[in-house]
Amino acid sequence: MNTVIHTHHLTKCFGTFTAVEDLSFKVARGEIFGFLGANGAGKTTAIRMLCGLLKPTSGAASVAGFNVFTQSEQIKRHIGYMCQRFSLYEDLTVAENIAFYGGIYGLSRKEIRLRSEQLYARIDLAHARHTLIRDLPLGWRQKLAFLSSLLHRPEIVFLDEPTSGVDPITRRQFWNLIYETAEEGITVFVTTHYMDEAEYCHRVLVMVAGRMAALDSPEALKRQYGATGMNEVFLALVRSEQP
Amino acid sequence: MKYALRVLFILIQKEFKQIFRNRSLLPVIFVVPMLQLLILPLAATFEMKEIRMHVADLDCSPQSRALTERFAGSPFFRLVNVSQSYAAAGEDITGNRADMSLEIPPHFERDLSREGAAKVHLTVNAINSSAAALANAYSLSIIGGFHAQPSVPASPAGVAGLAEEQFWYNPRLDYPTYMVPGILVMLVAIIGLFLSSINMVREKEIGTMEQINVTPIRKYQLITGKFFPFWVFALIDATIGLLLARLVYGIPVAGSIALIYLLLVTFLLAILGVGLFFSAISRTQQQAMFMAWFFVMVFVLLSGLFTPVESMPGWARGFNTINPFAYGIKAVRMVMLKGSSFADVQREFYALLAYAAITLSLAVNRYKKTA
Repeated sequence: MNTVIHTHHLTKCFGTFTAVEDLSFKVARGEIFGFLGANGAGKTTAIRMLCGLLKPTSGAASVAGFNVFTQSEQIKRHIGYMCQRFSLYEDLTVAENIAFYGGIYGLSRKEIRLRSEQLYARIDLAHARHTLIRDLPLGWRQKLAFLSSLLHRPEIVFLDEPTSGVDPITRRQFWNLIYETAEEGITVFVTTHYMDEAEYCHRVLVMVAGRMAALDSPEALKRQYGATGMNEVFLALVRSEQP
Repeated sequence: MKYALRVLFILIQKEFKQIFRNRSLLPVIFVVPMLQLLILPLAATFEMKEIRMHVADLDCSPQSRALTERFAGSPFFRLVNVSQSYAAAGEDITGNRADMSLEIPPHFERDLSREGAAKVHLTVNAINSSAAALANAYSLSIIGGFHAQPSVPASPAGVAGLAEEQFWYNPRLDYPTYMVPGILVMLVAIIGLFLSSINMVREKEIGTMEQINVTPIRKYQLITGKFFPFWVFALIDATIGLLLARLVYGIPVAGSIALIYLLLVTFLLAILGVGLFFSAISRTQQQAMFMAWFFVMVFVLLSGLFTPVESMPGWARGFNTINPFAYGIKAVRMVMLKGSSFADVQREFYALLAYAAITLSLAVNRYKKTA
């Protein structure tokens, strides 16, 4: 197994509150790794530590072969990240956003032109290239934000609740994009609280109150808990952890 | 190196696009400061015109009338009442119908011709102490001149026990000349400070800062990309301001234009550093605005723009060693009005340069890509 993310007893405390405790797992190249948990379970804290946005309190972790404690800037060259909140500039057009994010990763003008054409073709957005982001429907924005985070061809892409607030059809399209991305060999690390989406992942890690409650493929988890869907698995896990 | 410059270029380009697309920001950057420059220097003036005067003439002689005439003929005074009663004069001041009174005692003419000197009494409403001091000074100069006049037969020039007043350097007490350079510096600084202090924190609020922080961008690149557009806009503002000073107030730059720009460029770097530092340590635009407002309020008042630094207590003057406005306003005034050379303003220049280095480093240091 070609490991791209490796964490070992990773912990983050804010004062006396432990947001993430003793997190140990590995993620393989090209895997779609689901990160599940209720609101406040520590998903965003964990993802922010892996992206080099937050210094862990203790433990160890490496992302794309770099240490999260000492090499956070190197990590940033090799990952893509789509945060929960809005990451595109609403007062810039589609093309300007792509040129901006491509440019700060060091892509040349030619590369940017080439890759934006590919991007437009992929999600059929060529007609809207000069539209301001604020005039674009939410579903399009989310797809565009995802593909923008792939412009510099990262090894891993972190998606923090990319489909919240998006309609079911767009969610389906979004997951097709995720599959295509994983097939290109890019690891997709995705957090969600939609349990139907968890079914699409190769493996899922379920977090409950800052701790890892389960880690396996959706099929194995369903078998283990005698459940018909991930929803039941999730509820069973949350109940067992929170008496 | 090439990559670093390209990233910088892309950041700056993005900021310019956003500014030009913001319909409420452009008028703030250009129109508002210019309007203020046209209004403030005329309003923020200590110049006294039409001081309302009550003359209580108890002598009623040709000499006392001649003195009264001199006040009436001065552009600074307007006679509101001439009486023969001290009490009436006092009542006019108490009732705010007069700003001051001149009381000419009986035997004024007799004393003047016999002894060569005579006493008059001035009463000034000193609620506004600086206005009162000025009214007093104007009056003394008129009275002194009256004594010195040869038409007073037996009075040798200047023997009266009255001090003669003279206004050096600014004989017409032309305040716009003095205020315009200072207000110009203050306005471009306010524009630069407020825009830069809300800029970065605004991206934090929207959420785009998080996306920037996960890119390999360098901290100094981001800070440079953030201050550069405001630096340019503030210098354009300064240029328009200098033109207005020339065309509207007739104040040419007495010294070197290049030196003015050197001072402004350095001054603005210091100010933008402060703004970005505030932005880096704030979580909300409100916090950043409050800090910027407080900074401007305190340091502009201490800077000597509106009140003379010389009349402040020593500890307050001590604050001005860390006050960029004090250095900036003083240096620009000196070059613009007195035609000072670089050697004359080098203390201010180096102080501003050090200030810029410190505040920009602080901004880079306090901006955290990793929390």
